Amino acid sequence: MRKITLSSLLLLCCSLSIPAFSATINIHNGGDPTSLDPHKLSGDWENRIAGDIFEGLVTEDIGAQAIPGQAESWTISDDGLVYTFTLRDGITWSDGKAITADDFVFSFQRLMDPATAAEYAYLQYPIKNAEAINSGENTDIASLGVRAVDEKTLEITLEQPTPYFIGALTHYTAYAIPKHVIDAHGDDWVKVENIATNGPYKPSEWVPGSHVTTVKNEAHYDAANTKLDGAKFFVLEDQSAALKRYRAGEFDILTDFPTDQYEWMEENLPGQAHVAPFAGLYYYVINNKKPPFDNPNVRKALSMSINREVIGPQILGTGEIPAYSWVPPGMANYGEPATVDWKDMPYGEKVETAKKLLEEAGFNSDNPLELQLRYNTNENHKRIAVAVAAMWKPLGVEVELYNTETKVHYDELQKGIVDVGRAGWLADYNDADNFLKLLKSTVQFNYGRYANADFDALLDKANVTTDAAARADLLRQAEEIALSESASIPIYYYLSRNVVSPKVSGFEDNAFDIHRTRWLDLAE
Amino acid sequence: MLRYALNRLLSTIPVLWIAVTACFFILRLAPGGPFDGERQLPQRIKDNLAAHYNLDKPIVEQYFIYVGNVLKGDLGPSFINQDFNVAEQLAIGLPYTIILGSVAFILAIAIGILAGVMGALYRNRHPDYVLGLIILTGLVIPNFLVAPILQLVFGLKLEWLPVGGWGDGSISFLVLPVVVLALPHIARISRLMRGALIEVLNSNYIRTARSKGYSSSRVIIKHALKPALMPVVSYLGPAAGFLLTGSLVVETIFGLPGIGRYFINAALNRDYGMVLGTVIFYMVLIVTLNLIVDIVYAWLDPRVRTQ
Amino acid sequence: MSATMQLPTEGRSLLQNALMRLRANKGAMVSLFVLTLLILAAFIGPYFIPFNYQDPDWAAFRTPPSLSSGHYFGTDQNGRDLLARTLYGTRVSLIVALVATIVAIIIGVSFGAIAGYFGGRLDQAMMRFVDIIYALPYILFVILLMVVFGRNVYLLFAAIGALEWLTMARIVRGQTLSIKQREFIEAARAAGVKPLTIVFRHIVPNLIGPVVIYAALTVPEIVATESFLSYLGFGVQEPLTSLGTLIAEGGKVMEVLPWLLWFPATFLVVMLLCMLFIGDGLRDAFDTREHMPK
Repeated sequence: MRKITLSSLLLLCCSLSIPAFSATINIHNGGDPTSLDPHKLSGDWENRIAGDIFEGLVTEDIGAQAIPGQAESWTISDDGLVYTFTLRDGITWSDGKAITADDFVFSFQRLMDPATAAEYAYLQYPIKNAEAINSGENTDIASLGVRAVDEKTLEITLEQPTPYFIGALTHYTAYAIPKHVIDAHGDDWVKVENIATNGPYKPSEWVPGSHVTTVKNEAHYDAANTKLDGAKFFVLEDQSAALKRYRAGEFDILTDFPTDQYEWMEENLPGQAHVAPFAGLYYYVINNKKPPFDNPNVRKALSMSINREVIGPQILGTGEIPAYSWVPPGMANYGEPATVDWKDMPYGEKVETAKKLLEEAGFNSDNPLELQLRYNTNENHKRIAVAVAAMWKPLGVEVELYNTETKVHYDELQKGIVDVGRAGWLADYNDADNFLKLLKSTVQFNYGRYANADFDALLDKANVTTDAAARADLLRQAEEIALSESASIPIYYYLSRNVVSPKVSGFEDNAFDIHRTRWLDLAE
Repeated sequence: MLRYALNRLLSTIPVLWIAVTACFFILRLAPGGPFDGERQLPQRIKDNLAAHYNLDKPIVEQYFIYVGNVLKGDLGPSFINQDFNVAEQLAIGLPYTIILGSVAFILAIAIGILAGVMGALYRNRHPDYVLGLIILTGLVIPNFLVAPILQLVFGLKLEWLPVGGWGDGSISFLVLPVVVLALPHIARISRLMRGALIEVLNSNYIRTARSKGYSSSRVIIKHALKPALMPVVSYLGPAAGFLLTGSLVVETIFGLPGIGRYFINAALNRDYGMVLGTVIFYMVLIVTLNLIVDIVYAWLDPRVRTQ
Repeated sequence: MSATMQLPTEGRSLLQNALMRLRANKGAMVSLFVLTLLILAAFIGPYFIPFNYQDPDWAAFRTPPSLSSGHYFGTDQNGRDLLARTLYGTRVSLIVALVATIVAIIIGVSFGAIAGYFGGRLDQAMMRFVDIIYALPYILFVILLMVVFGRNVYLLFAAIGALEWLTMARIVRGQTLSIKQREFIEAARAAGVKPLTIVFRHIVPNLIGPVVIYAALTVPEIVATESFLSYLGFGVQEPLTSLGTLIAEGGKVMEVLPWLLWFPATFLVVMLLCMLFIGDGLRDAFDTREHMPK
């Protein structure tokens, strides 16, 4: 034991004396990344690192819109099924080896290989045979609709036309990974000393529980325009502590902040707190299969009596926008989402109506509706649950609050044993379908087990409709059905919360909260 | 003495085995699995993951696979930090935890004993009251409150010390975490020391020594200190364990890597391999420290040794 | 000289003397008075304030303390009255601490004294058992319990109390090893007193000093553990609260909503200080030798 300790101490001493870069940005990144392997990620904090060190055919610009990445251009066939990408000239991995179309074929095949167990593989299911291969029904990996025409030309064939496919290709599941390194090192390819990357940066150090450091990848095609020499992504779950370190100048960017501090920051650090609409929905799952919640009127009463106007400004303090629709506003190809018909009713009237609905369902003071409201451990989730319980109290609803940690919470939502439970969804790609799918009876994320054949049929029909307007119309009809039956309880649309030092330039608020380091600069 | 130590060391093996077994099965009883999260994975992919980590096998078989691997020195993979296996992560976090813990430990013992002796000697006089008040404050304010207050005062207002992180590893980064970690133990040790020393000073043999005309400082150093240290030594074994749990909070607030933080994250995330790995490590450490304490105890009190 | 030997047989007068000395200790008496006030406030106070600990005042979110609004301690981010919540939290913390301490004392003292007195194989086996539980990472153990069986206050008592006795047992054993070498124990043994009687009649009363000191140390320990668990998100379920939970929440907003921290923190600090002073007072009161003629 003593030997190990001493040698580790020596190791530590060596690893600590890394010279500081003058233009290295310090980013408070929240959680610890699972891996640097893009096929093993699932969180936005992991995306921040992976998206800096790897790049797909398409990448994000300063406003998170899709722009050419490793591919310089592409063409789409008239039926919308075949995408042909031309790779940039002279692109190489950080170790100097040329990047070819075969690297992409390998990456997509590895992503779909059931043995990889990639958590987010389903995002690329629009690719032909992807779902069948990923689920093990089709064991011929080569039949995946990704083909190298020649060294510089890649052809991707889809199952059906997918208007958001180019957007989906910016996702980390579509990054290229280095086949030659994986061949040489196996599972250890991802270690900092082995890895080769093709993004604007490459990792140089990773201390679990502390930080990941990246340095500029001179082999990247845009290296000449990349300003920062590197970034340090810090792991720190305690947001109040992170804010203190930001104020002491130890961090340049915070990727979240405690909502209570917003007002204070507006006064004392004006312009540094960035709060922007974020394509995501915060909602309460309600168990559609369990009596009495199988009664749409009971669900409606519960949904109606939540005073959403109070939650953003008062309870959270950052002014989240009340949600009366299922799809957040501003999704591409969709227009204005449908809303519930009682949206503009005065709150007092809503409560009265809700009371009546509950009475009709047989609940009154002698026979109160009892339910358990579950949320995962988080200060904001707790506060909203407490407020909602208090809002339901005048209806005679007796609420038991129940808090578990995230893993347990989702496990129990999944099992369908929860009466009412907190959930949230952030857009994976810019399309209304991404949200509406959550209420489809066959989809696993449909925690509330909402099932309506018409709703499902409309979604299916929309997904084979190529005309954008007609498709949007079908999707909106589906949304209206779900809202009229109170399939679930939307609460608010997410806001992204960043704190950005005045020294940082190139940080542009956007609906996907993606801010790649290559666009940032740091003034001294 | 060597035989005694060896004997005790060997007898900890069944203890370890029982504890690991208990933890292994308790963990599997707990709801929620390593692959449940904010975004649910499709069942098929969950099955793939489970198969990859042998989680689809019967639990008893998993247990034997695990124990077999541990005996071979392989603590297995971590589900949460997949690029490092459990042993690698422990090796990375250990130095931080050990440095923090041992500096805090030494500080707590030194200051604690000193303050305790002072308190006993100046019993019920001003120095005792002042010390007592400082010590009580350290004892009653929880560490997750002390930490942000110190950060605010010394990091933000006075700008003397960094607010958090390990930086370049210089002493300045260590000061606040070590103080937060040591504070409650300084308080406990000094109180134990003060109480025990007062008791010893009042005992018959010290009175006898004094009445024989030995000087008071000589009496304290030669005769009173050693027996008065006994409750303090008793406390040190568990204190080392508490330092580790204390490091959960300190490592989280100051953003330091370390076993304590890995441990809590692993438990919250159902990272079975990592939880068991930290448990094994933690138990070996505590059992060893308790053993050392017992030996010191025997050395301090010859009557125990002859038993 | 003979006072020490007579102690065990003169239990009543010992207690009377001790109480007399305690009454003479001003610090302890003031603490006792303040603690009594706190306890009364926690258990009776809520009936005298117009707000309860769980209902929001929709007109007053995060308002600072004010006499005119009736929220003397201000309100939290959910518009709940902090005075009501602080009193309620004090009640929960008191109950957790007292129950857990009593559990720890009963188990710890019996266990430690028996192991220490009988020694040998029994001692070895019993202390090995303590080692086993010690070696289980304490917090993980509590967290797992909370997770597996759901979290509630009673489980919290049981879990904390059942773990805190370990240190008590070790300390008591250590003391017992020394005490049993003393002359009066040998005298009792020579007089043919039964071993268990010796343990509980002669040894345990002589442990009062260390036990009281350690119990006084255990109470803040338990309150700290409870608040530590709250900090990690394993405390009591909303809308219930405890001082630890309130402080953990208030600590995050100490600059912007300072009252959310300082009121509960003051309650906790005052409560713990009182307990410690009373503990010290008790120890001094039971420490008989000091009062012997020099």
